[in-house]
Amino acid sequence: MLWPRRSPRSSEEGARGSLVAVVSTVVVFGVLAALVLSSEAWPAVQRQFFSWTHFKASFPKVLGAFWLDIKMFLVAEILILVIGLAVAMARSLRGPAFLPLRILTIGYIDLARGLPLLLLILLMGFGIPALQLPGVPNSALFWGIAALVFSYAAYTAEVYRAGIDSVHESQRMSARSIGLTQTQSLWHVIVPQAVRNVVPALLNGFVSLQKDVALVFVLGVREGLREADIYNARTFNYTSYIAAAVLFLAVSVPVARFTDWYTERDRRRMQAMST
Amino acid sequence: MKWRVLSALLLAMALVTAACGDDDAATTTAAGPSCEVADLNLVTPGQLTVATGELIFPPWVGSPDGEGFDDPASGIGFEAALAYELAAELGFTPEQVVWVRTGFDEVITTGDKNFDFNIQQYTISADRDAVVDFSDPYYSNAQALVAFPDNAIAGATTLADLKDAKLGVQVGTTSLDYIDEVIQPDAAAAVYETTVDATTALMNRQIDGLVVDLYTAYYIVGAELEGAIVVAEFAAPAAEPDEFGMLFEEGNPLRECVNVALAALSGDGTLAALEDEWLVAAGGVTVISE
Repeated sequence: MLWPRRSPRSSEEGARGSLVAVVSTVVVFGVLAALVLSSEAWPAVQRQFFSWTHFKASFPKVLGAFWLDIKMFLVAEILILVIGLAVAMARSLRGPAFLPLRILTIGYIDLARGLPLLLLILLMGFGIPALQLPGVPNSALFWGIAALVFSYAAYTAEVYRAGIDSVHESQRMSARSIGLTQTQSLWHVIVPQAVRNVVPALLNGFVSLQKDVALVFVLGVREGLREADIYNARTFNYTSYIAAAVLFLAVSVPVARFTDWYTERDRRRMQAMST
Repeated sequence: MKWRVLSALLLAMALVTAACGDDDAATTTAAGPSCEVADLNLVTPGQLTVATGELIFPPWVGSPDGEGFDDPASGIGFEAALAYELAAELGFTPEQVVWVRTGFDEVITTGDKNFDFNIQQYTISADRDAVVDFSDPYYSNAQALVAFPDNAIAGATTLADLKDAKLGVQVGTTSLDYIDEVIQPDAAAAVYETTVDATTALMNRQIDGLVVDLYTAYYIVGAELEGAIVVAEFAAPAAEPDEFGMLFEEGNPLRECVNVALAALSGDGTLAALEDEWLVAAGGVTVISE
C-alpha cells in the first residue's frame, strides 16, 4: 500500500507528515539517480539500454507481439481458476472412499510445484509433440499454455485449499446436518466463503502469471519477449528489453494496485462486520 | 641538382634498410601498430586467447574422438583450423593458443572481454559494429532450407512456393533476416534460442522447414536429423550479405594485426584451402533464386 491509512489526527501533524514524506522521497531517489548517472559507464549503458532511437524502433514490434501474451494470459488464467478449484475440492473431500483421489491430487501438486516452470514448458512443448501421438496437437502455443496451466493450477489449488480450510468447521457441519452431501456442502456452503477469503491471493497469482506467459518464447512462439530478444540479437542493443518491460509493467502494476485496493476494502469491511 | 642526388641517396638507403630488415611476415606492415607478438594487445601476455561458443559443431569445430564436435584445441573444423593458421601467422606456436568459451549474447555488451578475439560465426553488421569490433570477413555464407521429403515444401523451386510455409529459425541469425526480408512467408517464422531447438521443432513437425546457413544445413541432415533433406540453397540476394567476422572488444588495436594476418592467409591461398578442406558442399541441391 502506498499510503498507509492512519487514525485521524490534527491537520498540523498531517501537514508535517506529508512534508517529511516528500523530503525523504526526494532525497532517497535523488541520491540513487545521482549514483547511477555519475557512473563512468553510464553513457555506454544509456546507449545500450536506454536509447530512444532503439526504443522507437523496437516498441511497435514488441507491442504487436505483446497482444499474444495478453491472449495467452487470459486463456490460461480461466483454465487455471477452474482446474485449480476442481483440484482443491478433490483434495478437500473427506472419507476413505476418496483416498485415491486425494493421493492423485497431492501427487500432481507436488510434481507441478516442484519443477521449474521453464523446465515444464520445455518438456511439454518439445517432449510431448516428439511422441507423435495421433490426434494430439503438436502446436508449441498449445503446449506452452498447457504447461502454464499445469504449473499454476497446482499453486492456485493450494490457495483455494487454504481458503477452504479457513472456513470454520461449524459451517461444514451445519451444511451436512441439513442433509447436504459432502460435495454439495463444499460447493454451496464452503467454496463461496473460501473464494472470497482468498481473492487477494488469487489476484497475486494473476500478476505472477501475466509475466510468466513470456516464458513460452523458448518454444519458438513469437510473443513480446521473443520479439525484444530478436531485436537485441540483431542490433546488440538492449533497449528492446526495456520496451518489453514497459509493456509488462503497464499491465501488472494496475493489477497489483487493484489487489491492494481490494484487500484494503475487504479488511475494512471485515472490521466493520466484527464491531 | 645537389638536392636530387641527396634525395636519391636517401631513397636508396631506405630501400636497403627495408630489404635488410626482418623478413617475418607479421612485421612487414607499412602502417599501423607493430604486430610483433611482444607488442600485441593481449588479454594474457605471451598467449593468444581465442573464444568460441559453448557448443560448436562441424564444419566449424570438430573433434578427433567419436563425438566429432566441439574440441577447438584439436584444430579440426574450419574455424578451429583458421584460428591456428592465424596464430601461426601472428607468430604464436599452437601451444600458445588458449581457448575460452563464451555464450553468443554475453559478449555483445560494451566492456572488458576475457578473450583476444571470438570466432563463432558472427555475422558482421553495422548495428553490431557499434558495440564491438569485427575483423575483415573470413567467410561468406549462403542460406539453405531443410525439410522432410513428405512435406509440401520439399519440392519448392521458387520463393513463392514457401509463402504458406511455417518456417523455423534460430534467433540472432541472418537466416531470420533472410526469412523476414526475402522469403516473406505469410505466417511469422518461429524463432528458437538454438539451432538444436529449431531442429527439434522440425523433427516434431511443429514447423514445415528450417532455414539455416548451408553448412549447418548439411551438418543437420547428415548427423542430427535422419530422413531430412536439404531442399534448396537460396541465391536470391539479401539486403546485407552474410559474412562472418571475428569479434573484438570495441577499439582493440589487435584487430588490425589479425586483419593483416587474415589478408596474408587469403593472399597465399591458405584460406581457400581451408574452405576446400572443411566446407566442401555436396553438389546437386536446388538453387532458389527468385
